Amino acid sequence: MRGVWTLFRKEILRFWKVSFQTVAAPVITALLYLLIFSHVLESHVQVYPGVSYTAFLIPGLMMMSLLQNSFANSSSSLIQSKVMGNIVFLLLTPLAYWEIFLAFLAAAIIRGLVVGLSVWLVALLYVDLPVAHPLLIVTFALLGGGMLGALGIIAGIWAEKFDQMAAFQNFIIMPLSFLSGVFYSIHSLPHFWQQVSHLNPFFYMIDGFRYGFFGTGDIDPQISLSVVGVSFLVLSWLTLRLLKSGYKLRG
Amino acid sequence: MVPAIRIEQVHKSFGALQALKGIDLTIERGEFFALLGPNGAGKSTLINLLAGLLRPTSGHLAVMGHDVVTDYRNARRLLGVVPQELVFDPFFNVREMLRFQAGYFGLGRENDVWIDEVIESLGLADKAYTNMRRLSGGMKRRALIAQALAHKPPVLVLDEPTAGVDVELRQMLWEFIKRLNREGHTIILTTHYLEEAETLCSRVAMLKQGEIVALDSTENLLDRAPGKNLRLKLAPAQLPQSLNHMLRGQDGDTFTLALNEAAQVEFVLAELRSAGNKVEDMQLIEADLEDVFMEIVRA
Repeated sequence: MRGVWTLFRKEILRFWKVSFQTVAAPVITALLYLLIFSHVLESHVQVYPGVSYTAFLIPGLMMMSLLQNSFANSSSSLIQSKVMGNIVFLLLTPLAYWEIFLAFLAAAIIRGLVVGLSVWLVALLYVDLPVAHPLLIVTFALLGGGMLGALGIIAGIWAEKFDQMAAFQNFIIMPLSFLSGVFYSIHSLPHFWQQVSHLNPFFYMIDGFRYGFFGTGDIDPQISLSVVGVSFLVLSWLTLRLLKSGYKLRG
Repeated sequence: MVPAIRIEQVHKSFGALQALKGIDLTIERGEFFALLGPNGAGKSTLINLLAGLLRPTSGHLAVMGHDVVTDYRNARRLLGVVPQELVFDPFFNVREMLRFQAGYFGLGRENDVWIDEVIESLGLADKAYTNMRRLSGGMKRRALIAQALAHKPPVLVLDEPTAGVDVELRQMLWEFIKRLNREGHTIILTTHYLEEAETLCSRVAMLKQGEIVALDSTENLLDRAPGKNLRLKLAPAQLPQSLNHMLRGQDGDTFTLALNEAAQVEFVLAELRSAGNKVEDMQLIEADLEDVFMEIVRA
């Protein structure tokens, strides 16, 4: 397991060495969203009874930052080493495909958690946040980070240039995370768009995670947990298959 | 004893292109072996197959008896590969990078002594804490060799290690690689510098269009070379017909003739005199591996 541990440590150090860009920047972005949206909507919107709009927003922003950064960690590491060519040093090692998967996935989850947690800590300065079901919070955070970490590996394997990676990020990850109910409850949407939101796995991650704080949400957290759990397993299976086949990595 | 490398009937195709057409090759332990061939001959493909970066279409490759596909973990532990391109991870310094590389192979702090030794031997000591990004081209080349050695592999493959390297560094790298060979490492080299193969390697395989066209000791291959090359600058720039069978090359008014023995010079000069050619300059040069190579590749 020393090989996996080394790769995991390297992936952690890789983002930690540029933590302004990988941790501080996304935290600042999340806080700007918080400041602007809560300033504009605080007095107009109340999504759940007894929960201020600012408080409502924080878990969504935490989860959104966590997801985006988990994705960014594995995907950017892979695309960078592919474009630079130094991925050969990984491919020359005796590490098995599943060991590479484990190390990249764990590092992606850690980066997501560090960013998510930082958003929470800073947000605590502004507003008190209840914690109704801590276990649910942790479970959704781990599964969400894992799901996006796996998706990042898939994108990193598939993309051959930074442009393709940017497309993946801007056309898939961004719309899915912005339209997942971070800024609103999907009950405020017209019926059709509520149905569309149900097809978005990000919605379940955000809603389940938020339920962990307030004990209330748009749907039953057990449904969310099942959707997120199954999505994670499917994506992990797909990632493992890609890595095992050597697709775009070993000719 | 199990050989360092065993390659059996290896074919590799990329779509319709057959890059390797049934390669058979055995390299014994402790050998200093050269793979020669023009661009596109299949040298790098063969190395990438050994390293597991590519998978063979058919056939088998083994490192110290371990199949590179079915027993890849052991095969890769025993093999170090220096890639041709100057690739590096821009996030880390030399020492960090070497520690990580050894770590991937399951080695920890106990390997630090070896890493220090590699850093020292390659003249990287004062760059050990320099980020890879900030190293000059020559230093990056040294770091790449260090990286391939980080896990102390008994078999080392160097893909064009001295491409684009200045004379001083080339000499230094040659000395270092020779030392590794003396210490028991099996060395496999691909190179464009035939001089390199000639001075370093005990055995040579020449590849052409995916096939081995010559495989012999450097000594035997050199014996196949015609004894000497006679380089003549002629006025007018025309070779008499009677000497055409000896012509090896022409560059403007300079002709290179292949001689089996030095005594033939007399015959050549007599023919030139009777044809009315004036010899403006003349050199007699010992034939080398390049001549054998050119002859075989042209055939």
